[in-house]
Amino acid sequence: MTEQTVTITLPKRGATLMVLQKYGVYIAIIVLLLYNLVFTPNFFQIGNFRTQFVQMVPVLIVALGMALVIGTEGIDLSVGGVMALAAAVIPLYIGYGLIPVVIIAVVVGGLVGVINGSLVAFVGVQPIVATLSLMVAGRGIALLIANEQLKSVIDPNLLAIGRGSVLGVPYSVIIAVVLVLIIALLVNRTTFGKQLIAIGGSRRAAELSGLPVKRILLLVYLLSAVLASIAGIIGTARLGASVPSTLGNLIELSAITAVVVGGTPLTGGQVKVAGTVAGALLLQFISATLNQHNVPDAFSQITQAVIILFAVYIQRGRAAVR
Amino acid sequence: MPTESPTTGVRDGATAPALEARLVTKRFAGVTALDSVDFAVQPGESLALMGENGAGKSTLIKVLTGVYQPDDGELRLGGAPVKFARPLDAQRGGVSTIYQEVNLIPLMSVAQNIFLGREPRNRFGLIDFPRMYADARGLLEVYGIAVDVRRPLRSLALGIQQMVALARSVSINARIVIMDEPTSSLEAREVETLFSVVSLLREQGIAIVYVSHRMDEIYRVAERAVVLRDGKVVHVGDLADLPRVELISLMLGRSVEKVQRGGATAFGGAHSSSAPAVLVADDLSRKHQIDGIDIEIRPGEVVGLGGLLGSGRSETLKALAGVMQLDRGVVKINGKTVRSGSVPAAIRAGIVMLPEDRKAEGIVPGLSVRDNIVLAALPRLSRAGFSSRRNQDAVVEVFMKRLHIKASSPDQIVSELSGGNQQKVMIARWLAMSPKVLLLDEPTRGIDVGAKAEVQALIDELAREGLAIVLVSSEVEEVVEGSARVIVLREGSIETELDGDEVNEDQLLAALAGTTDPTGARGADR
Amino acid sequence: MSVIETSAGPTTDSQVRRERFAGVLQGYGAAIVLVILVVVGSVSFPTFFSLNNFTNIATQSSFPLIVAVGMTFVILTGGIDLSVGSVFALGGVLAAYGSSLGVWGALLLPLLVCGAIGLLQGLLVAYAKMAPFIVTLAGLLAVRGLVLAITAGGSNTPLVKDATFSAIGQGGVFGIHWTVIVAIAAVAVGTVVLTRTRGGQAIFAVGGSESASTFMGLPVARVKLTVYIVSGLCAGLAGALNASYSSSGVPTVGVGLELSAISAVVIGGTLLVGGRGSLVGTLAGVLLLSVIQNMINQVGSLSSSVQSVVSGVFLAIVVVIQTVLSRTQRL
Repeated sequence: MTEQTVTITLPKRGATLMVLQKYGVYIAIIVLLLYNLVFTPNFFQIGNFRTQFVQMVPVLIVALGMALVIGTEGIDLSVGGVMALAAAVIPLYIGYGLIPVVIIAVVVGGLVGVINGSLVAFVGVQPIVATLSLMVAGRGIALLIANEQLKSVIDPNLLAIGRGSVLGVPYSVIIAVVLVLIIALLVNRTTFGKQLIAIGGSRRAAELSGLPVKRILLLVYLLSAVLASIAGIIGTARLGASVPSTLGNLIELSAITAVVVGGTPLTGGQVKVAGTVAGALLLQFISATLNQHNVPDAFSQITQAVIILFAVYIQRGRAAVR
Repeated sequence: MPTESPTTGVRDGATAPALEARLVTKRFAGVTALDSVDFAVQPGESLALMGENGAGKSTLIKVLTGVYQPDDGELRLGGAPVKFARPLDAQRGGVSTIYQEVNLIPLMSVAQNIFLGREPRNRFGLIDFPRMYADARGLLEVYGIAVDVRRPLRSLALGIQQMVALARSVSINARIVIMDEPTSSLEAREVETLFSVVSLLREQGIAIVYVSHRMDEIYRVAERAVVLRDGKVVHVGDLADLPRVELISLMLGRSVEKVQRGGATAFGGAHSSSAPAVLVADDLSRKHQIDGIDIEIRPGEVVGLGGLLGSGRSETLKALAGVMQLDRGVVKINGKTVRSGSVPAAIRAGIVMLPEDRKAEGIVPGLSVRDNIVLAALPRLSRAGFSSRRNQDAVVEVFMKRLHIKASSPDQIVSELSGGNQQKVMIARWLAMSPKVLLLDEPTRGIDVGAKAEVQALIDELAREGLAIVLVSSEVEEVVEGSARVIVLREGSIETELDGDEVNEDQLLAALAGTTDPTGARGADR
Repeated sequence: MSVIETSAGPTTDSQVRRERFAGVLQGYGAAIVLVILVVVGSVSFPTFFSLNNFTNIATQSSFPLIVAVGMTFVILTGGIDLSVGSVFALGGVLAAYGSSLGVWGALLLPLLVCGAIGLLQGLLVAYAKMAPFIVTLAGLLAVRGLVLAITAGGSNTPLVKDATFSAIGQGGVFGIHWTVIVAIAAVAVGTVVLTRTRGGQAIFAVGGSESASTFMGLPVARVKLTVYIVSGLCAGLAGALNASYSSSGVPTVGVGLELSAISAVVIGGTLLVGGRGSLVGTLAGVLLLSVIQNMINQVGSLSSSVQSVVSGVFLAIVVVIQTVLSRTQRL
């Protein structure tokens, strides 16, 4: 038997593709910033950037969890429902103070993650369907809890999360940065992170290496739900009201887009935390750019659709897409 | 076993071969899988295509069926040159293939499967189900199969499913039927049906190319054999003139007369051991796969599992490693029963397995060398869930050095390494778990000569250090020179066990063939 | 390809019986539950068992049913179409705009455009080999954007201007709305296509095993392309009929419609992995969801979000049961 050469020399086109796969999102951000520097008045102002960052916080936090799920070759469509659920329980328990209400909201949201994870890991339901049913039911339950009403939340501590800042940096941005660091640490430095990536890379090899595959999947979906709950709390704090009917609507789309644009393939086996941050940033800058040039919302939706298709098309080259 | 030559079939030069490959060469990334292969099958003939793993058999089949296109040489169909750009072209040309895995739609009915894509239609253009059912029944009756053709395919036994696949291809006017391991999951009765269908097909002038590792079948079904080894045709001839042992030695590339012991591998001599057994397996059984396998392995001992493909050798390893659910049987480590069918339990008990399919089941291709080495050992190298880079580096460094893993750095992506180095990464993954029993399934397959010698020397060294090792290999010299004992499997059961001086190629070949060994003495009984 | 143990045939009679029972449950479970619910509803609510209420349910069901017919085609091939809600809205808006050209404009404009959207998505799935869920997710977003773009951000609700077209949605025969008849016709025609034509058989085959279908020489890519076009057409038609029914093309309708359509299809016994299912099952699934909604309305005191909770939980339960049943049948 002769040695099989495994290294494959990439053709030129492949090299361009590789660069796009790896750095496309960063290139796009730079191009967009340069464009705005020239064509958008008042874009490069601290106040504007602060607004941009605050606006992208919920998507970013949800995308962090989504990145973990996608890393295992899964998907979580229920994140919007979880956000609504977290928002719905806030007015009920805000009387007990900020910490208890946060814990309750996270536990309630986390329950959805446990159900998702159990369906996927133990019952063997496809991730799309498992999370789809909770996407529907989650928001429904949220609306039931809230009696389909919008409730304003006037707890000063909670409002501070959404609107306050320290040294000019909004609290919500600080929370997001901390979560980014935690997830980055989790992915790169913990046993759990390495194992979840291995499961996405080759579930069979992970099983044969004795990894607790099911437990890890359960935890991943739990984490995604916990992060979505936090996004729900921040979203509520920013609005100053619990709006379970619309909070987090379609956020799963933006989160998936951010993750995929950031270079995490839908086929799993990789989690790009920095890329996900960049992906969320890019989406935010795009909508801000369109917004500031008075392009209607409609077109920014279409733009996002085109971007997600383009990103997936490029990532497709990495592995066979099912 | 009788080696009668069937009377049907035309084999004279009067007619052109039904299908012919002339000087076909196929290379993959510099590896020559087929080297100027000449191959021809006559109408009405049944031809056995023989060869062990990596001989080029499946590549040849894929060339003949249009899955691959040859780099050199040509195909001829009924004497006329043809090119098959895709499998459909080959099918339309009358070449059809019956795989072990039935390539039909399990949820659809028998009749639907037979007529899919060419259903009979009534004058409204709608499918005429009564006619379709009648036609399907008629087609199957020819082969003596009475089955409700409206039943979904998956509700039928595999043998019947294969007949349906066969009926489909023949009714699409197949002239050549290639059967690739068609009997590997069939019951004995179903095999008989298949054989009678084969004779029927031959009477209709259809050429059969039969691929199987079951010697008994080959001699019953085929009259001629083409033997491939290392991508070349090493023998073409009547099976009647080819004793079984000779056929096997042709396949394995070992001559029966001149068997030497030692020198062909880097093994430093076999290791036996008198310590009490570390692993005792009793009555391991699983339907269609293995039946009543008993094994004992002592520390410091290399035990070979001999057997041709399909003999149950890989399945036995999987049973030991907890990968395969068992119908019955227990595995004990140092007297303690290991929970069966659980990989983590087996690993905790100290049983680890290097899987045969390194790419699909072994490495995680996208991860680095480091991550692949520490994959199983991660929890032990971590503190409070945090993977300690220092602990990891220590382990990775030790094993990369000890196993001479050639990588630009521990951070190199493992799929960029050569096959040999990937294999060493896999061995390192398991050594990091300090196992008691190491199960090796084809540890040197697909790796170059140098790396092969290194892996073999390593197996030796590990045994000397007291590890119990089970070795599966399709290379005879590797099994013979590496093992102190060889347990020979045939059709899922233990045929015999060779010990001490009996571990030589003569006796192994004889045992593989299922005949008494050439010296006349029967192999040692268990 | 499945491993050996799943493809082995049944061995005992009790196993065969169990598998057959599981198969029946999977295929007709929705119909059985539907009957039970109707009985329960009739006993519990005085206003439930009335011709008026039943026609009401039928009319309300007709729009999602047409969408679900297209969805069934897609799911049978193992795909999914998340864009139907947006396409439904687009169909309605285009029908209202088109109605200024008369009844044909009102029907052809949405069908052409929505068919083209299906074609585009189908091309990406079948030929660019992108994951159906991501392609149609982008479709959901882009088509909704398109709807907003042509209605001044959703603030513009075009009205239906053609009387003949309005009559389609609002009139009927023997007290049955035309939309109900169209929906039933869609089920009937779809059933004939699926079960009695070569193309229909190919759809089941592709969903049953794509590799085997390729091996058997079926035009797999073309089959996939076709089902996305069918789904686009169905969603567009349903949207147009809805516009006719409500006399206007409301840009915000159809949000979440993909979920109820998928739920109905799955509840109706169609396997999400494809290869097995029926439009009659889908019909039962849609009616089941409508009856549940109707009963929730009957209670009166319950809010409408109970509906989404019930259908979400229902979907989860059905999917779990389906997974278990599939395992029993060793699919």
